[in-house]
Amino acid sequence: MDNKQYELNKGLAQMLKGGVIMDVTTPEQAKIAEDAGACAVMALERIPADIRAAGGVSRMSDPKMIKGIQEAVSIPVMAKCRIGHFVEAQLLEAIEIDYIDESEVLSPADDIYHINKRDFKVPFVCGARDLGEALRRINEGASMIRTKGEPGTGDVVQAVRHMRKMNAEIRKVVSMREDELFEEAKQLQVPYELVKYVHDNGKLPVVNFAAGGVATPADAALMMQLGAEGVFVGSGIFKSGNPAKRASAIVQAVTNYTDAKLIAELSEDLGEAMVGINPSEIAIIMEERGK
Amino acid sequence: MKIGVLAVQGAFIEHRKMLESLGAECVEIRQKADLEGIQGIVLPGGESTVQGKLLHKLDMFGKIQTCIREGLPVLATCAGMILLAQTLYNDPVTHLATLPVTVRRNAYGRQLGSFITDQPVKGIGEFPMVFIRAPYIESVDDSDVEVLATVDDHIVAVRYGNQLGLSFHPEMTEDTRIHEFFLKMIQ
Repeated sequence: MDNKQYELNKGLAQMLKGGVIMDVTTPEQAKIAEDAGACAVMALERIPADIRAAGGVSRMSDPKMIKGIQEAVSIPVMAKCRIGHFVEAQLLEAIEIDYIDESEVLSPADDIYHINKRDFKVPFVCGARDLGEALRRINEGASMIRTKGEPGTGDVVQAVRHMRKMNAEIRKVVSMREDELFEEAKQLQVPYELVKYVHDNGKLPVVNFAAGGVATPADAALMMQLGAEGVFVGSGIFKSGNPAKRASAIVQAVTNYTDAKLIAELSEDLGEAMVGINPSEIAIIMEERGK
Repeated sequence: MKIGVLAVQGAFIEHRKMLESLGAECVEIRQKADLEGIQGIVLPGGESTVQGKLLHKLDMFGKIQTCIREGLPVLATCAGMILLAQTLYNDPVTHLATLPVTVRRNAYGRQLGSFITDQPVKGIGEFPMVFIRAPYIESVDDSDVEVLATVDDHIVAVRYGNQLGLSFHPEMTEDTRIHEFFLKMIQ
């Protein structure tokens, strides 16, 4: 990937800012998401909540299903590949996906190495729990970052933890003396140049979204107030009672994330939220995948 | 000079930073009340379907449309130009429809078709143009629409009175000349 392509790929993430990216499993759901105001959709066979329920190995989705969704909507279409599975990524690039999510939601294909994302023309988004993970993924070529959260739980606690931790670490780097940045780079296991960028700009060099466990308009606004530049909603929409209404409410809450009166109105009569499970009740901790 | 930057979704901060670096005062437009007292408006890149819907849901559509029709200067980039277009070649749903051109959405295909090129803009000169899942103008539908730039025979920048429509993203470069041009249009 040349420098221009990387700029274009970071640029597409900038266009998605202030928006909501929704998990969809069928062209019909993709249309509902687009009509509700999703700025992109994530095409996958099973949403994280169902991946948890089904157990077993979870892989890239059927390309035919992804193509069906590409044909159904005009907004960008993303899809997930397994951590380290560069051939799944090659297939997604071959069908001209707009963004690849190298995702801990699927079963990792490599327990040591992530994909060398610099080898690809297509952009990648990766999950991160802290600044070190985020900068390591960026160094590998990711042009967008999202918090990992704990997918498929409907519990926002880990997304909050990851966003707070990342931002606290960014503030720490900003406050450092320049001669301390070399040691910080060593601690974070990332190149000095990336630490210097964070020090000088007070933010990641790419767009940073929140993901994992967002289920209500208030959850989405919480993540925005904590500094997210946009929100992924996975199981939260199509596992709820009224997906179209909830999706639309979350979109508006992200735009006006500080307007409590409006978000209160948006939160009325949304029907049942996804049931949700607590961290102590889950067997698979997805956030531990890919460090 | 107070400029409103539509901030319902998309790359609005980039416009804001560029305009502020040129000395303009900016306000982010998220609700109808934010429109008070602005002397120009920027419609940024992002997803036009999302922005179009939010204009209605947040009850700003009518007021913005009226202001632009009555001469409020507007700089529209990428999705913003789609919002302005009177006709969309590949979509039956139009939005503000104040700019008499026909725009083709996602005209260069998916993200793998995104590109950067240096091409001349009338009155400005060679300009670094960033196209991201960009639209282009299929045809101009009024003789008063002035074509400012073309790339590979496709129209990518026009001016129609107070309206400036671009397929590409000057806010994603270091080059401030188009924003300066817009500020001069207001004065």
